[in-house]
Amino acid sequence: MTWYEICRYDHLQPEFGMSALVGDRVVALFRTRDDELFAVGGVDPFCGAGVISRGIVGDRAGEPVVASPMLKQVFSLRTGRCLDAPEAGLPVYPVRRRDEVVEVAVG
Amino acid sequence: MTRTVVVIGHGMVGHRLVERLRERDTSGDWQVVVLAEEDRPAYDRVALSSYLDGKSAADLSLVDGGFLADPRVQLRLGTAVTGIDRTGRTVSTSDGSVIGYDALVLATGSRPFVPPVPGHDLDGCYVYRTIDDLDAIRDAATEGRPGVVVGGGLLGLEAANALRLLGMTAHVVEMAPHLMPLQVDEGGGQVLSRLVEDVGLRVHCGTATQSIDGRDGRVCSVTLGDGTVVDTDLVVFSAGVRPRDELAEAAGLERGERGGFLVDERCRTADDRVWAVGECAAVEGRCYGLVAPGYAMADVVVDQLLDEGPGTFPGADLSTKLKLLGVDVASFGDAHGSTAGALEVVYANNAAGTYAKLVLSDDAQVLLGGVLVGDAGAFSVLRPLVGRELPAPPEQLLLPTGSGADTGALPADATVCSCNNVSKQDIAAAISEHGLGDVAAVKSCTKAGTSCGSCVPMLKNLLAECGVSTSNALCEHFRQTRAELFEIVRATGISTFSELVDRHGTGRGCDICKPAVASILAGLGHGHVLDGEQAGLQDTNDRFLANMQRNGTYSVVPRVPGGEITPDKLIVLGEVARDFGLYTKITGGQRIDLFGARVEQLPAIWRRLVDAGFESGHAYGKALRTVKSCVGNDWCRYGVQDSVSMAIRLELRYRGLRAPHKIKAGVSGCARECAEARGKDFGVIATERGWNLYVGGNGGFRPRHAELLAADLDDDELVRLVDRFLMFYVRTADRLQRTAAWIESLDGGLEHVREVVVEDSLGIAADLEEAMRRHVEDYRDEWAGVLADPDKLARFVSFVNAPEAPDPTVSFVEQRGQIRPAPVDLPLPAVPSRS
Ligand code: SRM
Ligand SMILES: Cc1cc2nc3c(=O)[nH]c(=O)nc-3n(C[C@H](O)[C@H](O)[C@H](O)COP(=O)(O)OP(=O)(O)OC[C@H]3O[C@@H](n4cnc5c(N)ncnc54)[C@H](O)[C@@H]3O)c2cc1C
Ligand code: SF4
Ligand code: FES
Repeated sequence: MTWYEICRYDHLQPEFGMSALVGDRVVALFRTRDDELFAVGGVDPFCGAGVISRGIVGDRAGEPVVASPMLKQVFSLRTGRCLDAPEAGLPVYPVRRRDEVVEVAVG
Repeated sequence: MTRTVVVIGHGMVGHRLVERLRERDTSGDWQVVVLAEEDRPAYDRVALSSYLDGKSAADLSLVDGGFLADPRVQLRLGTAVTGIDRTGRTVSTSDGSVIGYDALVLATGSRPFVPPVPGHDLDGCYVYRTIDDLDAIRDAATEGRPGVVVGGGLLGLEAANALRLLGMTAHVVEMAPHLMPLQVDEGGGQVLSRLVEDVGLRVHCGTATQSIDGRDGRVCSVTLGDGTVVDTDLVVFSAGVRPRDELAEAAGLERGERGGFLVDERCRTADDRVWAVGECAAVEGRCYGLVAPGYAMADVVVDQLLDEGPGTFPGADLSTKLKLLGVDVASFGDAHGSTAGALEVVYANNAAGTYAKLVLSDDAQVLLGGVLVGDAGAFSVLRPLVGRELPAPPEQLLLPTGSGADTGALPADATVCSCNNVSKQDIAAAISEHGLGDVAAVKSCTKAGTSCGSCVPMLKNLLAECGVSTSNALCEHFRQTRAELFEIVRATGISTFSELVDRHGTGRGCDICKPAVASILAGLGHGHVLDGEQAGLQDTNDRFLANMQRNGTYSVVPRVPGGEITPDKLIVLGEVARDFGLYTKITGGQRIDLFGARVEQLPAIWRRLVDAGFESGHAYGKALRTVKSCVGNDWCRYGVQDSVSMAIRLELRYRGLRAPHKIKAGVSGCARECAEARGKDFGVIATERGWNLYVGGNGGFRPRHAELLAADLDDDELVRLVDRFLMFYVRTADRLQRTAAWIESLDGGLEHVREVVVEDSLGIAADLEEAMRRHVEDYRDEWAGVLADPDKLARFVSFVNAPEAPDPTVSFVEQRGQIRPAPVDLPLPAVPSRS
């Protein structure tokens, strides 16, 4: 597993996702309002488009989620699981803040 | 030790049985194997017709993720049972497997009966039972053509309505002298015929279908007993059902006299390990074609599997209530007055098109049954009273009661939900014991209201009676409606979502409340939609001020007010499209759409457009879209007013106005209506004396014509009324409610709108006009705003760590000399629908 530097921490606004290219992988990065960081796969499994980072961030019964902007399925940011269709999901990547930099690990 | 129960058929009743067993078998005694012939898990067959009226297969599904994931249940779709070996206690299936059982439940339902008229097997003949049937009918339907439904019962009328929804002219052929002979009497049938003919059905009663005539193996017409020939290529049979008991023979199980697996009052066949439930069961010889008795049978069998409860079928209430083609029909109890000495009281109002009959005991004290046509508001109150003394004179019970769901008069043990056999006291107890707060909670806790839905109004009233006010909550984060939130924001001056959710909601919001609040904030003039925190509230379309397309690229639609455009501007659009390689199309809204822009290209594209004098067309927003116009009296020899100038004036005035849903408008220069103004949220049609203003129209899924709000207005009067109308809508409508639905939802409908907007009955007109004046004054082009702000521009990158790198998931192919998204080849999960 390798950690990749992605961007400055203050580049990532709360509840406003960003897309990153890690190797050839599209990764969606999120910072919640209480400053927790999440990184999940950026490609919507229902349409194949790399749009997950552009979805609305919020919660479902307390679980942090993002809704795909394409057809509005909701995914857990913690597990990547699609809460509207349990057979679908997104990969989840380790993410951390090191000083002022956000890093993502892919294996 | 665990035992295995095999359930044959995953229809409504089979599913109910498995659900109940999962709930009640807390010690995990039973392992369940469900063998389902259809390719999809159980769905709501009762609501099947709504599949052609906007519901998707996912909406109809009865199965949730918990069910599919339950290790105690194995569901095998597309697997029909072909044989039963009762000695070896196994069943064999179409895919060749053999499965052992300790208990076996037959839940195979019915098949539609197709009468053996000549030609019944031609191509173009369908039945109406499964989602697949409906798909086939939809594929075969041709708009504007006649279609024939054989059978004028409940299902026949549903099928006829389906054809109507598909744009066909539906002919219904019924052998009996009137429609729905099983449920309603002659008088009711007559009223029903008139009402359904009013909505475009052709009814042929008292005549048989003589033959279905073919050409080259396909239906070309239908000949009736009375000599009528209907030219058609689509026939739907809806002439009753027959139990699916074909497994009886091989298994050596006995059939009822009229078919069906013969079972006793415990739903058991002669073999004490084999039960039958639902439409395939002949309980003591009798089959039931409704879901409620089937559910009761499922409960009876679960009782026996768990060795609990009496386990006998209590008999069934065969009441029906439905709304067909907008017509209420209900029948309950002894609807045909067959009890000895029964008295009938009939109230018919031919002008209003309503018919009501109550069947009373010989002393006129006890309600035995009844028929309601045209207005079935009284059904939910009357049905539980069957077999009881009337609490009030009959005519009083029939009077329109508003919601028609006055539960106060009901005795505590009266059944409120007869589909699921739940009484008033059961529901009241559940509400107070579990602190239930809304209809959804009552449904999931008691199951009441989960089948045909006709008791739902009573559930609302019961909640109110128990002192619970029901919720119109926007979503799980806000208890309030959109209109209430609008008032809160307006009164408190709160200007961010965070503050609003902290003070008036819970959690962190979602894709429902965030865009709704964003629209409220924008409507109250809280700055650019991408300012600060507001950016994260926006649907992706608003976030990038462009419409997302299927491959994640965007379309660009500059405003072309009134559809008027100079040659120079047209050339600029062409040049921009060419230089950025965009697909170009003229839209249905009189402007030009440029497709296939990547996020990172949007600023450069808009730089060019803004420099050439274009501005955002808000094709992405819940906002004013276009004001369509015809050429009007400048050019047209019929025109009586200058429709183009008026359209441009209106479009420039309301551009950027954020609303609960999109707003479209049109202005036509004369009554020929070339701008289709009456298909718009507000439409203006020129008269010799000025303008007529129409409101509440739309195209789309449920097209509707706008209705006249005020006539012969001069220019300024027109603008003033539109100002008031739009602001009133923006303030009070629900999220995603277009003007038509909003007007319908208001108490008093269009009349109320007229009172408020034209007559100023609430005294708010000046306030509404002032709000619009501020909107007009504060309007700034959103795209110019982005281009002038480096922080906002910084968001238009493909990747935060590689801002210029093209997105590898985007690719195009060429078609007719332009690009289009390359087809995606993915093992895609089925798309669940959320709206
Ligand atoms: C581009 C266009 C089709 C075309 O090539 O002609 C179009 C395209 C879309 N329409 Fe439309 N509609 C377009 C004219 C219409 C019209 C005709 C008209 O406006 O005169 C109608 C029927 C009239 C009406 O709205 O009452 C129409 C009825 C709809 C509806 C159904 C609305 C309803 O109330 O039922 C939707 C769905 C929605 O808004 O929820 C919709 C939604 C959409 C969306 C936004 C779907 C989406 O979410 O991606 C499409 C994206 C547009 C884009 O990417 O730019 N579109 N759409 C037309 C753009 C007009 C414009 O210049 O702005
Ligand atoms: C359009 C329509 C409207 C209706 N409206 C109403 C209404 O308003 N109120 C009301 O009470 N009822 C209504 N009904 C009737 C209601 O849908 C049925 O009573 C109910 O579905 C019966 O449930 P069931 O489980 O017995 O049969 P079904 O729901 O028909 O399920 C039986 C299932 O078993 C499967 N099956 C059959 N044989 C085999 C086999 N050998 N192996 C494996 N699987 C098999 C079938 O494919 C089917 O999926 C309506 C029906 C239709 C079609
Ligand atoms: S609506 Fe009347 S004025 Fe306008 S183009 Fe048509 S005919 Fe001419
Ligand atoms: S009466 Fe049918 S759901 Fe309650």
